[in-house]
Amino acid sequence: MRKRQLRCSKNYQPDCDHHMNRMPFLPHHDGSSFFDFLTQHHPELRPGVHDLAMPRATLPLDLGRPGAIPVPHGTTVLALKYRDGAIIAGDRRATEGFQIADRRIEKVFRIDEYSAMAIAGAAGPCIEMAKLFQTELEHYEKLEGVQLSCEGKANKLGQMVKANLPMVFQGLVVMPLYVGYDVKRKEGRIFKYDITGGRYEESDHHSIGSGGKDARNTMREHYRSGLDEEAALRVGLLALYNAADEDVGTGGPDLVRGIYPTAKVVSDAGITDVPESRVRALYEAMIAERRRS
Amino acid sequence: MPLPYYVSPEQMMQDKAEYAKKGIAKGRSIIALEYVDGIVLAADNPSSSLHKVSEVYDRIAFAGAGKYSEFEHLRKAGIRHADLTGYMYSREDVSARTLSNAYSQSLGTAFSTDVKPLEVEILVVQVGGNGQANEIFRISFDGSIVDEKSFAVIGGRSEAVQQYLREHATPQAPTLKDGLRRCLSALEQVATQKIPSENLEVAVLDRNRQGRKFRRLTSADISHLLA
Repeated sequence: MRKRQLRCSKNYQPDCDHHMNRMPFLPHHDGSSFFDFLTQHHPELRPGVHDLAMPRATLPLDLGRPGAIPVPHGTTVLALKYRDGAIIAGDRRATEGFQIADRRIEKVFRIDEYSAMAIAGAAGPCIEMAKLFQTELEHYEKLEGVQLSCEGKANKLGQMVKANLPMVFQGLVVMPLYVGYDVKRKEGRIFKYDITGGRYEESDHHSIGSGGKDARNTMREHYRSGLDEEAALRVGLLALYNAADEDVGTGGPDLVRGIYPTAKVVSDAGITDVPESRVRALYEAMIAERRRS
Repeated sequence: MPLPYYVSPEQMMQDKAEYAKKGIAKGRSIIALEYVDGIVLAADNPSSSLHKVSEVYDRIAFAGAGKYSEFEHLRKAGIRHADLTGYMYSREDVSARTLSNAYSQSLGTAFSTDVKPLEVEILVVQVGGNGQANEIFRISFDGSIVDEKSFAVIGGRSEAVQQYLREHATPQAPTLKDGLRRCLSALEQVATQKIPSENLEVAVLDRNRQGRKFRRLTSADISHLLA
């Protein structure tokens, strides 16, 4: 109730431009955030719980128990820095319980010219968040005429993860991993998050998802600072391979169907997809080497 | 109790239209011209940070003449409209026609119901892809909407600029270089002096670009094209 009163008093502005605040047939909002615009004017389109829209179910979790908060399962996505920027990669498997739901799902998303995010968690809300984040950044850029800073983008994503917190209690976790090329600092940057929207910057590499720990172990052993693009990509793909080896929720390279993990590179030159042929060639070389030894 | 003065509806509309037209004519002109790869938008604008031309969506751009605060408000509302449609449905479902209609309805309502009409004239342009034609919509302060072919002019002494462009029209769409030169000459027709290239605001919707087709030309690009 208090919120509603505040909103009313805020709308009452006896200014001369008042008529312009009500453009019929066109949406009205103050501010440059698409996320806030949706929240305020089209809450049904916003991901997550909308206070009364969903029945307040009894919490399915015993939150007092350690480890009761659900963690993303059935995925490995990772990011690592290299000399000229950062690489982000992910496997392709989606699971439903003990079944494979999708073998070709895409978990790494281009967000804008200089950034990408990868996701772990419930597929539907994850994809929705990636799409909303893309729109958010483009919206800001068009309204303000400039792009948000790399830090600004990472913070905005944190706020979106925070807004998803009620969904976490329903068991629908969305956990992003974000990489951006900071054009001012001239370096790639990696950000990880927690379910409360806490934002933490990683200095070299990070991985999340059910196979995240296995991927992190591999990267810890093979990562060196100042790697070139080719070498860094090899470390990333090796980490995904090892994660798929250990974790049932992570898909490795599928040689029969020709399905391979996907990767993107952000650098001074912008964002580029690593072509599938290159990923395939790296995996073929890796597998051939393993057969020999 | 004193009776309010009687003003005939014709008189009221005429007064409003005159008021709006006067405000719009005070500014400088903006041209949208089709060229071989898309549409070029050129404005005589001494400010390098307060833009008259802007991106709206993948293939759509906006230009506004008249009172800055008013067309800026319309520009932002248009971007929200486009982004919302694209988010709700799909990127290809955002069209200049729908957006122009929303603008037309808005301006029309404001003109007939508000005491002060909006002193703006706007352009909504869309570059065609896959062999489809470009679309250029000119929307006036009273909500009237015109579907223009090959070029359109808003703001300032737009009739004189239009006259020049009509006389110098070519059957084939010009290259970007020729098109921009033609825009500059047309704008200089009504300006009191030569327009230096840093006072030109130029943007293109280039159908050959990947993804978002809008690109703002830097002053280096402009002087290179005009050299």
